[in-house]
Amino acid sequence: MTDASPPQTFQMDGHDVAFTPGQSILTAALAAGRYIPHLCFHPEFTAHGSCKVCTVKVNGQPHASCTTPARSGDVVESDTDELTQLRLNLVQFLFAEGNHFCPSCEKSGACTLQGVAYELGMTTEHYSPLFPDRPVDASHPDVLLDFNRCILCELCIRASAIHDQKHVFALSGRGITKHLIVNAESGRLADTALALSDKAMTVCPVGVILRKRQGFAVPIGERRYDHQPISAVAVGHRPKEDGHE
Amino acid sequence: MSERASDGAAVVPRRKLRVATASLAGCFGCHMSLLDIDERLVDLLELVELDASPLTDKKRCGPCDIGLIEGGLCNAENVHTLRAMRANCKILVAVGACALNGGLPAQRNHIDVRDCLQTAYLSGPGVERGFIPNDPELPLPLAQVHPLHDVVKIDYFLAGCPPSADAIWQFLTDLIAGRTPVTAHGLIKYD
Repeated sequence: MTDASPPQTFQMDGHDVAFTPGQSILTAALAAGRYIPHLCFHPEFTAHGSCKVCTVKVNGQPHASCTTPARSGDVVESDTDELTQLRLNLVQFLFAEGNHFCPSCEKSGACTLQGVAYELGMTTEHYSPLFPDRPVDASHPDVLLDFNRCILCELCIRASAIHDQKHVFALSGRGITKHLIVNAESGRLADTALALSDKAMTVCPVGVILRKRQGFAVPIGERRYDHQPISAVAVGHRPKEDGHE
Repeated sequence: MSERASDGAAVVPRRKLRVATASLAGCFGCHMSLLDIDERLVDLLELVELDASPLTDKKRCGPCDIGLIEGGLCNAENVHTLRAMRANCKILVAVGACALNGGLPAQRNHIDVRDCLQTAYLSGPGVERGFIPNDPELPLPLAQVHPLHDVVKIDYFLAGCPPSADAIWQFLTDLIAGRTPVTAHGLIKYD
C-alpha cells in the first residue's frame, strides 16, 4: 500500500466504510464500528462463511460478508428488515436443532448465539424444537463437552488444527446428522491431546467446551452481554473469549 | 355513562380487560414474577379483571381479552387447558422458557417415559415399595414435553426464566394500551 493512494471505501446502509485491501466486508465494517451479526467468524481464523448469519446484499446480491472482499464503490445493505428476518430465521433454526436451554447453561449471558438472538429481537425459536439426543462427554478431567449446544461453527476445529496443531475436533455425518466428534479411537475427550491451555478451549461461541469446576463464575448482571448488547461489544473492546473473565 | 372528550367526540367507555392465566408444566415462577411487579399490581388491577387463574382459583376460562400461559405441555390435561385458553382468549401469550421451548421439564425428552416413571417411582434412590401411579384421574404424560406453539397459535412470546417483573409490566402495559409490545435489550432474557 502506498501512502499516496486515497482511502478506499464502500457504502453500507448509506454510510461510507473505509477499508484496506484484503479486508472482508465484515472485518472492515466491524473496524469502522458498524456491527453485522455473525456467528462462525472469528478474527484470528480464516473465515469460512458457513453460518450465513453475516449475509449482506452487495449491489443487490446476497453474500456472506465474512468471505466477501471489500471492494471500492460497492453498495452494501446490512441493517434492513429483510436481512434481519433472514438472519433471525437462521438463528431460530439453530435454536430448534439443538438443545439450547439457556437457564441451565453456564455460558448464558456470554454466549454469542444468545447475544445475536437478542440482537435480532428473537422472542421465540418459532420452529418445533427437535430435542436431539446428544449425551455429554465428561470423560476429560478438566473439560466438559456438552454437545447439546453445538452450532457446528467449526471454530474449535480450526483452533485445534491451525493454532494448537492437535486436530482434536472434527465434524462427522451430513445434513441433520452432522455432529462434532473428537479425535480418539474411543470417541472420548479424555483420550485426546486436549489441554486447558489450548486455543480450542477459548473459541467456542456457545456452551459446548467448558472448563470443569468453574461454572457460573460470573454472576447474572455482570456477564459479557448483560450491560451492552453484542452489537456494542463486537465493535468496541473485545473481551476475553472464554466467558470466564 | 358515556363521556365526551374535549373536542366533543364520544369516548367509548373504558372496560376492564379480562385476563386469564394458567400454569401448565412449569414451576409457577412466572406467576411469582408477575406478582413481583409489587405495587404496580394495584395499577394493573385498575386496567384488568382476572378470569380463570391460579390466583383466583377459577378453573374454567370464560371469554377473555388476554391469556397468559406459563409452562409447557407435559400431559394431556395441559393440552386441554391450552386449547380451552386458545378458544377463549383473543390474545394468547406464552410466558417463560417452559412455554416457549419446553424448558426444564423438556430435559426429559430424550428419555423414554416408562424409564422416567420407573426411576421416579420404582428404582430411584430412596424409593421403597414404590408403584407407578395409575389413578384414572391422573392425566397421562405425553411422550415428550412440547412448547405451546407446537399445538396452538401463540400471539406473543415473553422469554425468560422467569421473565423479570419489569419485562412483564412493560409487556402488559404496552399490550393493554394497544401498542405492539417492545422488549428492548436488557428486558428480554432467555435465562
